[in-house]
Amino acid sequence: MKCVRCRARPEVYLRAHNAAFCRPCFVGWFQRQVERTIAAERMCTAGDRILVAVSGGKDSLALWDALVALGHRTTGFYLAQGISGYSQRSRQKVEAFALGRGLELRVHDLADEGLEVPGVAAATRRSPCSACGTLKRHFFDQAALEGRFDVLATGHNLDDEAARLLGNLLRWQTTHLVRQRPVLEPRHAAQVRKVRPLFLLGEYETAVYAFMRGIDSVVEECPNAEGATQLLYKDALNRIEAASPGSKLSFVREFLRTGQAFFAAGAPHEEGPPGSCERCALPAFGRLCAHCRLVIEVERRRGGGTPAASV
Amino acid sequence: MRVHLHPQRRTVELAGRRTVATLLRDLEVLPGTAMVIRGDVLLLDSETVEDDDEIEIRHVISGGAA
Repeated sequence: MKCVRCRARPEVYLRAHNAAFCRPCFVGWFQRQVERTIAAERMCTAGDRILVAVSGGKDSLALWDALVALGHRTTGFYLAQGISGYSQRSRQKVEAFALGRGLELRVHDLADEGLEVPGVAAATRRSPCSACGTLKRHFFDQAALEGRFDVLATGHNLDDEAARLLGNLLRWQTTHLVRQRPVLEPRHAAQVRKVRPLFLLGEYETAVYAFMRGIDSVVEECPNAEGATQLLYKDALNRIEAASPGSKLSFVREFLRTGQAFFAAGAPHEEGPPGSCERCALPAFGRLCAHCRLVIEVERRRGGGTPAASV
Repeated sequence: MRVHLHPQRRTVELAGRRTVATLLRDLEVLPGTAMVIRGDVLLLDSETVEDDDEIEIRHVISGGAA
């Protein structure tokens, strides 16, 4: 087996693409895939200011690295979630990554508002993942808006998208299926475009890229992810992929190319554009956004003390 | 050989040379879900690992994104 580009000894073989690469050629291939995806999906243009949401994991740091290598104007954003030692270790990885490359990083600490994910989940009796998702969406939007960024980029990869698609199909969540896209245009003045430039690159590919680029990311899993439904879906999809390489890629790509239109055409109940939250002015379906409803619930259950009304 | 599994933080000792594909099958690791690393180099499924090798198997599947 030889590198498909330079015929040198390969270091990685991608079953889905039936292609082997040496290290330099793989890094170049990965970055070109990101560039092509950005161009094909019209995610951003040269000169756009991109806020990259980074968690300390391989995917978001690989994305940030690739965007910088491609010459994009980027700033990192890290949301400190207060998850025992995991958040501290992931924050260290992000800060070291930014410092080592001279990149701008913004950090928002949920502890400043008494909104650490474990505390919010316990107070509201929600799953930590549910609380985390609501908090992340709000603070990502807020950071992008306050920093006057043009685009918010996240490190969701092909495996994330395939697992999400499988979950949406298993429950026939048609409104979610209609909105499962790699680019979400703003539907409110307080939103920016949201993009997922890694949506056609598998988790293995982003891990290999991070390894080859010497990116020091968090290897451990978030402690709250154990038993998460998404992991069950990923395992099922990986068993299919092992028997039929390329299945995940065609599942997601062909859904977007052909399948999604059927759901969009027959979605009379798709939500219209959101209004503004009475409390924080960010997008809301109803008087209050999901984040402010969550914060109010936390305040009520805690007897009106913290968190502070800093939303 | 000594095989370190991450993020499980588990180490197993195995005897006998074998291909990486066989090693993964023996440890019930699905293809495409883990990187196999020797030193600072990734190994292909067709490569052979020996008794005196120190191998890292780094699982790549995570439960969420940024």
